[in-house]
Amino acid sequence: MENGLRLWEVFVQSRTGKPHEHVGSVRASHAEMALQHARDVYARRGPVVSIWVVPTEAIYATQPGDEGPFFDPADTKPYRHPLFYKVPHGVKNI
Amino acid sequence: MNLETLDTAIRPALFEYLLRLGDDALILGHRLSEWCGHGPYLEEDIALANLALDCLGHAEALLTLAGQVEGEGRTADDLAFLRDAYEFRNAQMVELPRGDFAFTIVRQFLFATYACLLYEALQQSVFEPLAGIAAKALKEMRYHLRHSREWIRCLGDGTEESHRRTQNALDELWMYTGELFEVDDTLQTLTQAHIAPDMTALYSAWNAQVMTTLQEATLTVPENPPYMATGGRRGHHTEHLGYLLAEMQFLQRAYPGAKW
Repeated sequence: MENGLRLWEVFVQSRTGKPHEHVGSVRASHAEMALQHARDVYARRGPVVSIWVVPTEAIYATQPGDEGPFFDPADTKPYRHPLFYKVPHGVKNI
Repeated sequence: MNLETLDTAIRPALFEYLLRLGDDALILGHRLSEWCGHGPYLEEDIALANLALDCLGHAEALLTLAGQVEGEGRTADDLAFLRDAYEFRNAQMVELPRGDFAFTIVRQFLFATYACLLYEALQQSVFEPLAGIAAKALKEMRYHLRHSREWIRCLGDGTEESHRRTQNALDELWMYTGELFEVDDTLQTLTQAHIAPDMTALYSAWNAQVMTTLQEATLTVPENPPYMATGGRRGHHTEHLGYLLAEMQFLQRAYPGAKW
C-alpha cells in the first residue's frame, strides 16, 4: 500500500475461448479503478475481449525451495501429457 | 444528406456548428494533454493522456468536416493552428486552466455527460458524415464518463481534503455549464433541419444524470449561481484561451507549414 494504492495483477484474454494471460500489474485504489487502468495500459493497442484484475496479495504462490517436491516428479511420466490424442479437425484454441 | 446533397443555404450554420463541436474537443484535449508527465501517479497519467488523444481525434474529424462544409479548402490543421481566439467557438468551460486534479476530473465529468448525450442524439442526424463521427466518438466518450464518474465518487466521498477540492471545483465550474445548452439562431436552424438535436431534452437528461452522481459523491451544486458564463459560441473567451493558443499554435505560427 503506497499513497492508498494497492497492487493488482492484470490478466487479459485476446479471443473468446483462449485463457486469460498474465500481462503485468497496475496500482489502483480499488477494483474498478484497477480495471480501468489495466484497460489503458494493457488493452488499448491489442485485440482484447476480457480483462481480470486480481489483488496481488490474493495470490498464494510456490517458493523457489518448493521446486523439487512440486515439479520434478512429473519428469518421468509422459503418460500425463495429452500426447496420444488427435485433436479433431477444426477445433481451435485448445 | 451528405456533403454533395447539402443545401447551400445551410452551409454557414453547419460550418459554425461543426466549429463549436470541434473546438470543444480540441481545447479540452489540449487541457488534458497538459497533464502528461504531471499525473498524480503513473497509471492515471496514462489515463489522462489517453483521454486527451481521444479528444484530439474527435477534433480532427470534426474540424476536417467543418473545412469541407465551408468549402474554402481549409484543413483541420489550418482551423486548429491558424485561427485567433475570437474565431474559436468552444464553450468557455473547456478553456479554463487545468487546475488541480479535482478540477480536471469535475470538468471531464460534466463535459463527458453532455458529450455522451449529444453524440448519442447526433447519431440520428440527417447529415450522415456527422452521424458517423458521432457514433465513433460516442464509444470513447462513454469511457471518459465511466472514468471521470468513478473518480467523482472517490474524491467526493473520500477524505476531507478530496471532498473540499472536488466541491470547490464544482462551485467554480457550475456557472460554465449553461453555455453547453444555449440555443441561438444557428442551432435553431440546424435543429429544424434535423441535423442537430433538441437541446431542451438533452439538458433535462444531463441534469438528471449529473445530479444522481453528485448525490452519490456527497457533492452539492451551487443553489443560485450569480451568473451563467456565455459568449464562447460567439468568439468571446476568457483570457485563458489566448495563452493556450500561444502555446498550442506556436510552432505553426513561427514556422509556417512546418512538418515532421
